[in-house]
Amino acid sequence: MSNLSVLYDAPGPKAKARNVVYTVLFLVGFAALVWWVLAAMADKGQLDADKWSPFVTDSRVWTTFLLPALGNTLKAAALSIIIALPLGAALGIGRMSDHRWVRLPCAAIIEFFRAIPVLLLMLFASAVYVEFTNINSDMRPLYAVVTGLVLYNASVIAEVVRAGILSLPRGQKDAAQAIGMRKGQMMTQVLLPQSVTLMLPALVSQLVVVVKDTALGGVMLNFDELLRSVRTISANYGANTIAAFTVVALIFIVLNFLLTSAATWLERTIRRGKRTAGAVVTADPHDQMEAQPAAAPAAEAGDPPTPTGKD
Amino acid sequence: MFDFLDLQRYDLFGAFWVTAQLAVFSAIGSLILGTILAGMRVSPVPLMRVFGTGYVNIVRNTPLTVIILFTSLGLFQTLGIAMGGDTFTETNFRLAVLGLTAYTAAFVCEALRSGINTVPVGQAEAARALGLSFTQVLRLVVLPQAFRSVVAPLANVLIALTKNTTVAAAIGVAEAALLMKTMIENEAQVFLIGGIFALGFILLTLPTGLLLGWVSKRVAVKR
Repeated sequence: MSNLSVLYDAPGPKAKARNVVYTVLFLVGFAALVWWVLAAMADKGQLDADKWSPFVTDSRVWTTFLLPALGNTLKAAALSIIIALPLGAALGIGRMSDHRWVRLPCAAIIEFFRAIPVLLLMLFASAVYVEFTNINSDMRPLYAVVTGLVLYNASVIAEVVRAGILSLPRGQKDAAQAIGMRKGQMMTQVLLPQSVTLMLPALVSQLVVVVKDTALGGVMLNFDELLRSVRTISANYGANTIAAFTVVALIFIVLNFLLTSAATWLERTIRRGKRTAGAVVTADPHDQMEAQPAAAPAAEAGDPPTPTGKD
Repeated sequence: MFDFLDLQRYDLFGAFWVTAQLAVFSAIGSLILGTILAGMRVSPVPLMRVFGTGYVNIVRNTPLTVIILFTSLGLFQTLGIAMGGDTFTETNFRLAVLGLTAYTAAFVCEALRSGINTVPVGQAEAARALGLSFTQVLRLVVLPQAFRSVVAPLANVLIALTKNTTVAAAIGVAEAALLMKTMIENEAQVFLIGGIFALGFILLTLPTGLLLGWVSKRVAVKR
């Protein structure tokens, strides 16, 4: 049921009038909510111009606080995904091994780290670094955040890799075996090259999860990332907590929206190009709630259902 | 070996109880809010569709940590919205549930919408042929079938929600992650403590997954 218009008849004059009434009621309710929030903000002086103007007039807010913090967020995310990719690929391929002593440990590692909250992994990594290494305390939050994210995302990527390879038709493997390839050759020359393009959308979507999760490190481990700059900014610019929150949230939303759009675009391009035999792996939106679904063509995000029924 | 595990000093079971409570209350809240949002996204009123789409796209792209921290720093400390809580503990717990609900609802909405897509067109057409209105079509025919087909995806959302409750530690709700942070700082047994909390979460999420997986097979609409 991809065309949702089947849920209701094409509106006649009566239904149109009713829809207008609903629209107005909804608008009034929404406006009341916005008004109530704004009134509460104005009451506490959060709407004062001097709380919001620094973000436009004072470039130091950006150069000293927001941009370095955004840089740290991106650095942690990039490091995590770069380290997690080969690790995840190895785990995913290991899980498909013919040898039980390779397959079972890989499966156990993947399932273990997927079941544990990433915050626990970060806290654990931080404690381990304190106790067993002499990484200085400036760098430790970054190390802990990256370690936690790598452990978690490697196991998620392992499943993406496995899904990508399993989605190839059986004939690919049979043909490789028929011309006498070894298992390693089959993987590196036949299966992986074909499935990598299929996995790309899911991997880009996973990047959104990584970016979102770096914010945890800022709050719990004092990693100097974007969300943490809310505190430093509101301490320096007269308790403009709400303004700082709004700006930081907007940066996160724009960044993640760009990544999501890239994933959707990649998926469409690959699906249209169709150079490999398998199906495109998209991040299952429900498997990882942190994850972004690369919009399925059946339910395009934001496509309003258009009424086609003529009855 | 386990003498660090002083249950008088560290309320291990209490912390996991708070985690479970956070998960259950947020699950109920997000199921309700998510269903309403899904209804909005398929409704005949354009403005509601726009609102539903906008809500989902904005919330999904915001880190949960931002939302949870905003409920505390923004709603409570700046605007003074205490959610009717008398003590800090009570207020923070309710704020965490609010944040988790708002975040999870977006994912419930998307799961449900994909469930609505699996209901055959004929079902809704037959319902309309009987003269049912939009809300009746949704309430009596489409949603009951959609819910039955999305039990497995919703179970995954619930498991992710259980893991996400740890973010409530950011605003000082005394749940498992916060206790782990305290214990790991005070005691020298990093690996044992880490293992205990990992086990706790596996015990919380594994039965949920297995049980709901079984339920999803039982209730699936045979076609």
